[in-house]
Amino acid sequence: MSTEAIRLDGVEKSFGAVRALAGVDLVVAVGECLGLVGHNGAGKSTLMHVLAGALLPDAGRLTVGGAEPKAQWSAAASQAAGIRCVFQELSLCPNLSVAENARITHASLRGFGWKGRARALICAKLDEIFPGHRIAPDDEIAHLPIGQRQMVEIARAFTVTSAPLRLVILDEPTSSLDAVAAGQLLSYIRKETARGTAIILISHILGEVLATSDRIVVMKDGKQVAARPAQAFDRSSLMAAMGSDLKEVEARGDRRQSPKADSAVVVRASPQREGGGGELVVREGEIVGLAGLAGHGQTRLLLQIFAGQADIDRPVAFVAGDRQNEGVFNLWSIAENVTVASLRSLIQRGFINVAAEAKLARAWRERIGIRTSDMGRNILTLSGGNQQKVLFARALASDARIILMDDPMRGVDIGTKLEVYAMIRAEAAAGRSFLWYTTELDELTHCDKVYVFWNGKISDSIEAADFSEQRVLRASFAESGT
Amino acid sequence: MKGLLSRLLGQPWVGSFLAAGLVWLLAVVFAGGHGGGEILSSALAFATFTVIVGLGQMMVITTGPGNVDLSIPATMTLSGVIAMKLMDTESALILVGIAAAMGASFLVGVANYGLIRLLRIPPIIATLSSSFLVLSTAISIGRGLRIKPPAPLADFATARAFGVPFAAIAVAALAAIIGLTLKHTIYGRTVAAIGQNERAAWLAGLDVRRTRFATYVLSAMLAGLCGVLQSGFSGGSALNMGDDFLLASIAVVVIGGTSVAGGRGNVPGIWGAALFMYLLVTMLNIFGASPGVRLVMTGLIIIAVIAVAGSENPRRA
Amino acid sequence: MTNPRLLRAALPFLTLAFVLTATFYVQPRTMSYFGLNLMLQYAVPIALATIAQMFIITVNDLDLSIGPFVGLVGVIAATVLNSNPVLGASALMACVLAYGVVGALIHVRNLPSIVVTLGLSFVWLGIAVMMLPSPGGKAPAVLKAIMTVQTPYVPFPILAAVAIGLVVHLALMTTSFGVVARGAGGNPKALDRAGWSMLGTKVVMYMLAGLFGLLAGLALLGLTTSADAHVADRYTLYSIAGVILGGGEFIGGRINPIGAVAGALTLALAGAFLIFLRISPDWQIGAQGAVLIIVLALRALAGSREKSS
Repeated sequence: MSTEAIRLDGVEKSFGAVRALAGVDLVVAVGECLGLVGHNGAGKSTLMHVLAGALLPDAGRLTVGGAEPKAQWSAAASQAAGIRCVFQELSLCPNLSVAENARITHASLRGFGWKGRARALICAKLDEIFPGHRIAPDDEIAHLPIGQRQMVEIARAFTVTSAPLRLVILDEPTSSLDAVAAGQLLSYIRKETARGTAIILISHILGEVLATSDRIVVMKDGKQVAARPAQAFDRSSLMAAMGSDLKEVEARGDRRQSPKADSAVVVRASPQREGGGGELVVREGEIVGLAGLAGHGQTRLLLQIFAGQADIDRPVAFVAGDRQNEGVFNLWSIAENVTVASLRSLIQRGFINVAAEAKLARAWRERIGIRTSDMGRNILTLSGGNQQKVLFARALASDARIILMDDPMRGVDIGTKLEVYAMIRAEAAAGRSFLWYTTELDELTHCDKVYVFWNGKISDSIEAADFSEQRVLRASFAESGT
Repeated sequence: MKGLLSRLLGQPWVGSFLAAGLVWLLAVVFAGGHGGGEILSSALAFATFTVIVGLGQMMVITTGPGNVDLSIPATMTLSGVIAMKLMDTESALILVGIAAAMGASFLVGVANYGLIRLLRIPPIIATLSSSFLVLSTAISIGRGLRIKPPAPLADFATARAFGVPFAAIAVAALAAIIGLTLKHTIYGRTVAAIGQNERAAWLAGLDVRRTRFATYVLSAMLAGLCGVLQSGFSGGSALNMGDDFLLASIAVVVIGGTSVAGGRGNVPGIWGAALFMYLLVTMLNIFGASPGVRLVMTGLIIIAVIAVAGSENPRRA
Repeated sequence: MTNPRLLRAALPFLTLAFVLTATFYVQPRTMSYFGLNLMLQYAVPIALATIAQMFIITVNDLDLSIGPFVGLVGVIAATVLNSNPVLGASALMACVLAYGVVGALIHVRNLPSIVVTLGLSFVWLGIAVMMLPSPGGKAPAVLKAIMTVQTPYVPFPILAAVAIGLVVHLALMTTSFGVVARGAGGNPKALDRAGWSMLGTKVVMYMLAGLFGLLAGLALLGLTTSADAHVADRYTLYSIAGVILGGGEFIGGRINPIGAVAGALTLALAGAFLIFLRISPDWQIGAQGAVLIIVLALRALAGSREKSS
């Protein structure tokens, strides 16, 4: 029997122009808890989806228990090999009960009396991991609070029927658990590894990773950048390993002068969360960064402002970062995608003036440098970066004075980024205000002011003069004592 | 010239016209080369009605998956019944009748959207439940009596110039206006945007709610218009006059190249598809096919068209 | 009104009880074996068609062809099945298989089920009209015998409806297959990830719908004794309304077989009740639409309370 639970050699995966995994080598030993950390977009999630069989790698080798998998790698093959995943988005069926959800992942729970066995199976595991959980096996998932759902999902991953249990991947398992349940889970992880199960723990709570893991791997830009025993790291060395390095310095902005403190306030908003979460203020001509880890309330605040649930003084436009789901109109031409937010100004005698529309589209092709010979072509003929430029052009061509940007540089090449940064600075100088949520630390250097979000609240606000990456990271991981 | 031709052939509506032409040719050949003109003329007359309701259904379907108006037949009936009853064969009351019929149709549209929005139920159920009420209203107003249309209305609905029905010309103009609206107004662009991606449309600053509201009202009012014209054309309103139009309104939209997934409407295709549907029935009639065969063929063609072209993103099997 | 969730679960039965009480109040003579038997005789085919629709709704689709399908089954059973039992039985089996094929087509090509089944409704109707251009044919004696059986104490339609509800409840709500079927409606991605075949699940559910549509057609024929292609056109609406009245939801795999049967009984009763109320027949369809809207409104209300509580 091999001492390796799983091994990856040179695994690569790209999505279009974006290289999510750039040759990852990873070994998890039997009975080892491996901590996996990295900033957003480092490739952790892609890696997990490859292990779970949900994605096939473009290149590289995968061995399970020292042997190549017999069948073509797939979700079913991964299951059969004893790999279980607890993904961030829940994979429970909300209309089914706790016990019935256990049945979904265990094909052997069938025949007479299956429900009794399913109840016993999931209850025993819940009792073992989360004593005092107060979840009944017949509770419908939709009626459980999010924390209890997460407990069910975790417990289900550790239940064993016919297939073996080799490796459990926990992707931010404690994100919706309270402190007690999180503690219970972490001590259970120690117990489970002692029985020989391998565990990959992905978490943004560094204390958790440091305390629980045997070994920690740091990922960045789709590669493994550090791998050491957990004792060899401490909080600051771990953060340093995740941080940026020098070769990207070209993407940094010049330190901007402090903004005129006397210009008009155009937005004043507080995250809508019980207990209040600080206040955000944007002045005319200001570029304000929203930082912190993904999903900590930045996008929610932008949407809140866009929906008008804040003090706003000027027209607002939104630049989506999730181009496919929130930005691009797939069936339309590039020109139509640019002009959709400016139609009101193109109306003549009740109809959109075709010539004026074409002119506006062409003007923005020049101004923002959309690489196409014909704005009448379908939007999907453009690369991701150019599609993003179209979304910028859409917002900037409109009469909006406040531009909300929802992590708009996802998967955009460096050249495009530099052009857009320059554009944003020029527009800000001309009096437009920008609220810029970004997961890339470098981009914050373009901002006059940065608000860091943690757990739905504003955990720090940093003026450009005081800006440092370490301070943003500290506030993002909320371990600065707040 | 060559570029123009290939661009023309690339249009999604060309297929429906080609199919219509083919079916027409077959019918004429089978009939021994006679009657091609009359067939075309009556095809235009009947297609006109399908086109009117098809335009409304197209707008609804273009606002995205799940959006469909099943109350069209009931609204047609209600409108026809109200119009005929109020006109009471008097020419002087034509405008009153039309106004009342259109007003009632407007209310149906408002009710449809109200149900969708207030009860948060899928449009298919909202329009289905409201159609029950609408149909009952029509039955109770009409009492099963068939009131003849005033002569001028009947004349207009059946008049032809050189074999081309007046109504067809008027509806062609209407279709052109709706085509223009779809492409070149904020409302039309918003309809297409919502159909492609409702969230993106909202984030682009478009007025999603008002547009959906207007679309359901438009569909109901076009159904109402069709009800009035149909009553004029066929010598009065009848309680089952809308029956054939439920499937027809959806079929002409689907066959005409409008995306069932929403976001892309196609006006010319509705004409092609409506002509095709009528000519197909004519051809089957000339072949001596029974009503059953005609129904089966209609159903199979719709399924075939949607199976081949209906889905933008087929699942990997 | 204490627990909105409970209220919501009880809604189908409260509605049925309300309509039943109202009927008894308006026409006390119906409170008898024969009265109930008469009023509820069509409950069995409606309940079967409602269950058929429910299988489709479980996997987030909708079947607009069930009514004409029920009519076609009646036509086949009243004609071919009489003259040539083997051919008739295989024709009926082929119909059920066709349902499975349509389910596969809808899944594989990712088609909107409403358009496909709307087209399909014309196919069923066309075949039925071809086989039987005008009403006629003769129900097999055994069907008549079954549908008019006089059970002791409780009228047959009630017993049959309860039996249908219980059997389907056991199959969908308690077996391990039922869990997968409902899970397919609740979170298809999770099912896929756990290694289940969505295609297989959908085909099975469509074929079950075909099977229950078949039973509905036979039951209806046993009552009408002669066949008519158009006899069940309204069943499409009845079946959808029955599922919704019964507490089912259009998406998310949330269904309730016993509730659906209660919904079907409500619909069957509502027709009789409206006649007793002397509501003009003109308003009968409208009243059904109104009942549907009222129940949906009540449910929306209960739903918003559930969320806020």
